[in-house]
Amino acid sequence: MLGYDISWAAFNIIEVMSASKFTFKRIGYLAASQSFHEGTDVIMLTTNQIRKDLSSPSQYDTGVALTGLSCFVTPDLARDLANDIMTLMSHTKPYIRKKAVLIMYKVFLKYPESLRPAFPRLKEKLEDPDPGVQSAAVNVICELARRNPKNYLSLAPLFFKLMTSSTNNWVLIKIIKLFGALTPLEPRLGKKLIEPLTNLIHSTSAMSLLYECVNTVIAVLISLSSGMPNHSASIQLCVQKLRILIEDSDQNLKYLGLLAMSKILKTHPKSVQSHKDLILQCLDDKDESIRLRALDLLYGMVSKKNLMEIVKKLMTHVDKAEGTTYRDELLTKIIDICSQSNYQYITNFEWYISILVELTRLEGTRHGHLIAAQMLDVAIRVKAIRKFAVSQMSALLDSAHLLASSTQRNGICEVLYAAAWICGEFSEHLQEPHHTLEAMLRPRVTTLPGHIQAVYVQNVVKLYASILQQKEQAGEAEGAQAVTQLMVDRLPQFVQSADLEVQERASCILQLVKHIQKLQAKDVPVAEEVSALFAGELNPVAPKAQKKVPVPEGLDLDAWINEPLSDSESEDERPRAVFHEEEQRRPKHRPSEADEEELARRREARKQEQANNPFYIKSSPSPQKRYQDTPGVEHIPVVQIDLSVPLKVPGLPMSDQYVKLEEERRHRQKLEKDKRRKKRKEKEKKGKRRHSSLPTESDEDIAPAQQVDIVTEEMPENALPSDEDDKDPNDPYRALDIDLDKPLADSEKLPIQKHRNTETSKSPEKDVPMVEKKSKKPKKKEKKHKEKERDKEKKKEKEKKAEDLDFWLSTTPPPAPAPAPAPVPSTDECEDAKTEAQGEEDDAEGQDQDKKSPKPKKKKHRKEKEERTKGKKKSKKQPPGSEEAAGEPVQNGAPEEEQLPPESSYSLLAENSYVKMTCDIRGSLQEDSQVTVAIVLENRSSSILKGMELSVLDSLNARMARPQGSSVHDGVPVPFQLPPGVSNEAQYVFTIQSIVMAQKLKGTLSFIAKNDEGATHEKLDFRLHFSCSSYLITTPCYSDAFAKLLESGDLSMSSIKVDGIRMSFQNLLAKICFHHHFSVVERVDSCASMYSRSIQGHHVCLLVKKGENSVSVDGKCSDSTLLSNLLEEMKATLAKC
Amino acid sequence: MIQAILVFNNHGKPRLVRFYQRFVKEIQQQIVRETFHLVLKRDDNICNFLEGGSLIGGSDYKLIYRHYATLYFVFCVDSSESELGILDLIQVFVETLDKCFENVCELDLIFHMDKVHYILQEVVMGGMVLETNMNEIVAQIEAQNRLEKSEGGLSAAPARAVSAVKNINLPEIPRNINIGDLNIKVPNLSQFV
Repeated sequence: MLGYDISWAAFNIIEVMSASKFTFKRIGYLAASQSFHEGTDVIMLTTNQIRKDLSSPSQYDTGVALTGLSCFVTPDLARDLANDIMTLMSHTKPYIRKKAVLIMYKVFLKYPESLRPAFPRLKEKLEDPDPGVQSAAVNVICELARRNPKNYLSLAPLFFKLMTSSTNNWVLIKIIKLFGALTPLEPRLGKKLIEPLTNLIHSTSAMSLLYECVNTVIAVLISLSSGMPNHSASIQLCVQKLRILIEDSDQNLKYLGLLAMSKILKTHPKSVQSHKDLILQCLDDKDESIRLRALDLLYGMVSKKNLMEIVKKLMTHVDKAEGTTYRDELLTKIIDICSQSNYQYITNFEWYISILVELTRLEGTRHGHLIAAQMLDVAIRVKAIRKFAVSQMSALLDSAHLLASSTQRNGICEVLYAAAWICGEFSEHLQEPHHTLEAMLRPRVTTLPGHIQAVYVQNVVKLYASILQQKEQAGEAEGAQAVTQLMVDRLPQFVQSADLEVQERASCILQLVKHIQKLQAKDVPVAEEVSALFAGELNPVAPKAQKKVPVPEGLDLDAWINEPLSDSESEDERPRAVFHEEEQRRPKHRPSEADEEELARRREARKQEQANNPFYIKSSPSPQKRYQDTPGVEHIPVVQIDLSVPLKVPGLPMSDQYVKLEEERRHRQKLEKDKRRKKRKEKEKKGKRRHSSLPTESDEDIAPAQQVDIVTEEMPENALPSDEDDKDPNDPYRALDIDLDKPLADSEKLPIQKHRNTETSKSPEKDVPMVEKKSKKPKKKEKKHKEKERDKEKKKEKEKKAEDLDFWLSTTPPPAPAPAPAPVPSTDECEDAKTEAQGEEDDAEGQDQDKKSPKPKKKKHRKEKEERTKGKKKSKKQPPGSEEAAGEPVQNGAPEEEQLPPESSYSLLAENSYVKMTCDIRGSLQEDSQVTVAIVLENRSSSILKGMELSVLDSLNARMARPQGSSVHDGVPVPFQLPPGVSNEAQYVFTIQSIVMAQKLKGTLSFIAKNDEGATHEKLDFRLHFSCSSYLITTPCYSDAFAKLLESGDLSMSSIKVDGIRMSFQNLLAKICFHHHFSVVERVDSCASMYSRSIQGHHVCLLVKKGENSVSVDGKCSDSTLLSNLLEEMKATLAKC
Repeated sequence: MIQAILVFNNHGKPRLVRFYQRFVKEIQQQIVRETFHLVLKRDDNICNFLEGGSLIGGSDYKLIYRHYATLYFVFCVDSSESELGILDLIQVFVETLDKCFENVCELDLIFHMDKVHYILQEVVMGGMVLETNMNEIVAQIEAQNRLEKSEGGLSAAPARAVSAVKNINLPEIPRNINIGDLNIKVPNLSQFV
C-alpha cells in the first residue's frame, strides 16, 4: 500500500474488517483489497466474515464487502461464497444487484463450476429494470463471451434485441463489441447485423459508438465471404466515416481511424488504397503513435507500381527521424513492406539491394540482423541478382564505416555477417577476389563479434579456393602461391581469438593451408581438391522444416534399437555395448549407391499409398523434389538480366537512380508489349477476328526484372501438415469454455454451507423447515416426471437449440422489444440458504421445461410457414406464440405483431391489496390428461408474504396433483416467500378426466403478511377457469396430412360466424393462434386453414374465412362437444376484435 | 477489463495506484516508473493512447491517459474496452473527484487517499466498469459519508488503534511537502459517449 509492504499487517486488517462500524469496516476492506492476494495465508479466515457482511441488512456493508472481495477473491472464497453472491443478484437494491452481478465474473474465473448454475440468473439480469444492473450483466457476459464466443451464440437474439432497444451508449458499445467477436463464428449473424449497425452509424452522434459500430461492421465484412458485391456500400460507408475520423483535428480520433482502417485493409485493400494521400499525410504527423499506425497501413497499400515511390518517401523519413525507436520501426517496416509475400511487389532487386545497403548507414540501429537476413535471402533466392549483390557486398566489406566503431554500433555490424557469407559463397561472381580477400583478412576484423569472425574465417577459405582455381587455370603458379602465403600470414590473428569457434576454425584452416602450401611447393595442382570442399549448392530451409520431416514407415522411435539392457550389467560394460551396436548399424544408415533403385521403388510405393489415402493432404511439388528428380542446378530457370540496367554501379549506389531506371525499363517493356500486341492485332485482323482486351496497364503487366526462385516454403519431402495449437494450456479463461445450452443436471448446484450461522438462523420464520419437508415430495415427483421428459428431449435438444438460432437468423424483420420482462424470482436475502438453492433449481428447471416442450414445435411451424410465404412477401408477419409473450422472450426474440399490443397469455385470477394472482394453463403432450397451471404471485404490499398455501376444491372431473399422503382438503404450499414488490411463479399439475367441456375450480390462497407492525393472516379466493382452448397444444401440421385428415370423414363439423370485425386477417389469425393454440396450415388470401391437437389426441381443424366485415369459422373435430365448446370460446375472442 | 489505474504527478510521484492483477511491490513501482516515462515524453496535443506497455499484459493492452494540470490519470485496459469510452470514464472520474472535493487539487489526493479510493470503487470494481453516471456515483458516496458521520467518523476510533498508528515506525514520514496547490482544472470536454 502506498509503495510499502504491509503484508505483516494482514491479520490486523482482518480485525478491522470485522469491526461493526461501517467507517472501520470500509477501511479494513480497502486495505485488504490493496494488499491481499492468493498467497496471503490469513485470507481463509475471512470467509465467514465476508459471508456475514454480504447478508448484512445495511446495503453499504454488503457493497463494501463485494467491492473488497472483487479484488482478492481466491478459488476457495469463490467456491464458498458463490451461492451467497448469487442470492445477492436478486437483491432488492439495484446498488447491490449490480455489484453482485459484476463480481460473478471474478467468481467464474476462480471457480468455473459455478458458471452453469449461475448462468440462468445472470441471463435474467440482462433484462433488469435498472440500467446499471443491466449494464453490469452485459459487461460480464461480454467478458465471458470474448474468451469463448461460441458458447454464447445462442444469446445473440437477446443481445440483438438489447441493441435495438437500448439507449445507453456504454451498453451499446459493449454489445457491439461482443457481436464483433461473435460474427466470425456465424456469418449469418453478420448479415443480420449490417442493417441496424449502418443505421446506428448514420444516426449516432457519439463518436465512441460510431467507432465501435464501424469496427464491428468491418468484422462482419471480414467474416462474410469476400465475394459479396452488395456489401461494397457498407465498406464504402465505413471507409468514408473513417476518413472523417482521420481528418478530424482530434488526435485520438485520427489514431483510432487509422487503427480501424488497417483492419479493413486486410480484406478490402482496394477501398483503402484510394486514400493513400491521406495516409502519407499522416506520416508527417507530429504524433509518433499516429505515424506508426500510418506505417502499418502502408504495408498493405503497396503495389508493384508504387512500391519504389513509397519506400523512397520512407527513406527520407528515416533520415529525418530523431528517435531511434521510431527509426528502427521505420526500418523494419521498409523491410516488411518490401519482403511481403515473397517479394511480390519488387520488380527490380538491384534497387532493393541498394536500399538495404543504404540502410546500413543508419546510426545505432538494433536491426542489423534484419538487414543481414534480407541480404542473404535475396542473394540466395534471386539467382540473377547474385553478381550485383556480390559486388555490393564486397564494397561493404571494403568500406571502413561498418568496422569503424563496431563496438558502439554493434547492431549494424551484423550486416558484415551477410556480406562475408555472400562474398564467400558466390565468390565466382567477384570482380576482384583478391582485393576482397585482403579486406576480409584485415587486422581490424578481429574487433568484430565472435560469430561474425567465424563466418569470416570460413568464407575466407571459400574465397581462397576460388582464387586458387582462377590462378591455376590461368597458369599463374606464383600468383597462387602468393595467395597461400597471404593466408598463412594472416590466419594466425584468428587463431589467437578468444572466441572458441573462431579459434577452432582458424587453426583447422591454417593447417589445411599449410598443407596446400607444401603441395604447391611440389607443383601439385590443388585447386580442384580445395574447391571440392565447397562444392554443391546451399539451399534455404524453412524454419519449421525439421519438425515436419515425417517419421519414415517402420521406424519406431520409442522402440529399443537393441535388447533392453538388464540392470545387472555393470556400468563400464554399457558404453562398449552401445558402440558395438552402432558399428553394426552404420551400413544400414547409409544406403550405398546400389540402393538407389530400391529407394526409388519404395518412394514410388509410398507416393502411391499417399495418393490413395484420403487423409493425406498432397503438397504442391516442393523445390526439393525437383532437385531430387534432376540433380544439379541447371534446371532452375535463370532469367536474363535486363542489360539496360547497368550491372555495376560504381561505389555505393544511391537507390534513387533505380527509380528512374526502372521507370525507363517499364516504359520500354510497355512499348515492346504494345508492339507485340499490334502485331497480334494485325494478325487477328487478317483472321477477321477482333481482340476484345483493351491495352490497360495493370499491376500484372509490370514484369519483374529478376525472378524470385523459391516461392513455396522450403519443406522436406512429404512434410506433414500440422496445425500446432497455439493456445496456452495455462490460460485461465479456458476453464470457462463451458457449454451453457445444456440443461442443468441435478448434480450441478452451487455448494451450500452445511451449518448455518447463528445470525442467519435468527431469521423470523421458524416454520420454514416444516413447509419445506412437505414441499419436497411433489418436487421429487415433478422432478422425475421432468427427467423423463428430459430424457426424451435430450437428443432433440441440441438440434432444437441450433434450430432456434437458425430460425432467428433466417428471419429478416428485426424483433420488436419484449412485451414484459420476465418475472424476477427473488427471495428474501436472509432466507435460509437451503430453500434458496432449491428454489433456484426449480426456477432453472422450470425455464428448461419452458424451452423444451412447446416452443420448438412452434418454431418448426413458423419456419414452415415462412418457407411457404417466402414467395409472397418477405416481411410477412407471424403469429406470436403463446410462450414468448408469457415472459420468455429470451430465446427467440421473435417478431411480434407490430400492430398488436403486447399480449400475455397470463390472465388475471384474483387480486387484493396484498397480492395479485395471474395464471396460465398449458397442456403437455407427454401426459395425456394433465395440464400445468403456472400461477404468478405478485406482492403489491409493503410487507413480506410468507407461509402461502393454495387449496383447491377438486371436482369429479379435475383434480389437483397433491403430494402423496396429503388429503384433498389440505392446502399445497407455495415454495417461496415474497418480499415487497417481488413476483414469482409457482407451477401446479392438474389431472383432467374429460376435456370436452370447460371447467371451473374454486380455490383459496392463504398467507401471512408480515411487516413492522406485526403479522396478519390473509386469504384470497379465486376461480381457476379451464377453457377448452387450454387443453389444446399448438402442433404443426403439413398440408398433405391435413388434407388426409379432412378426407378421412370421421370428423364432425360445426361452424360459427361473427360480424363487425375490423381487424386485419393477419392479426385475426395471430389472435387465434395465440389464444387458442392453433397453428396455420395454409393461407390463401383471406382464407386460412388451421390445426391443433388436444392433450388427449383430438384433432381440431378449422377453416377461417374473412368477408367484408365478418369472419366465419368452420371447424371439424373428432369430438363434437369439444368442437362446439371451442367455437363458443373462439366466438367470444373474436367478438372483442 | 481494466488492468490498472495509475495517477501520478508531473514528477512521477504516484498519487493513486490501483492494480486489478497481482504484481509484487517492485514490479508495481517499475510499472509506475516506466509508464511515467512513456507518458511524460508525449505532448499535450497528441493522442491519448499508447500501445505496448511491456510490463502489463502485452499486445492486447493499451494505456489510455489524460493529463490534468499537475496530474496524469492513466488506465491500462485490454481490447474489450472501448478506447473513447475509457477516455470518457477518466473524465467522469475526475469530475466526480472535483464534485466530492469541491475543486480537487493534488493535495486532496495526497491527504484523502482513502476517499479517492472509495470514489474509484464506485466507478470501477474489480477491473470492470461499475457505474458511469456521475450523479449516481456522487449520490452513493454522499450516502456513505453520511453513514460514516452518523457513526462518529474516525475520531471514534479505539485508543488502541490510535496509539498503534503513532508507534508504527514508518521509514520516512514525509515532511515539508512542497507542492504547488494547483487545482486540477477540469475542462469541459466534449463527451464521446
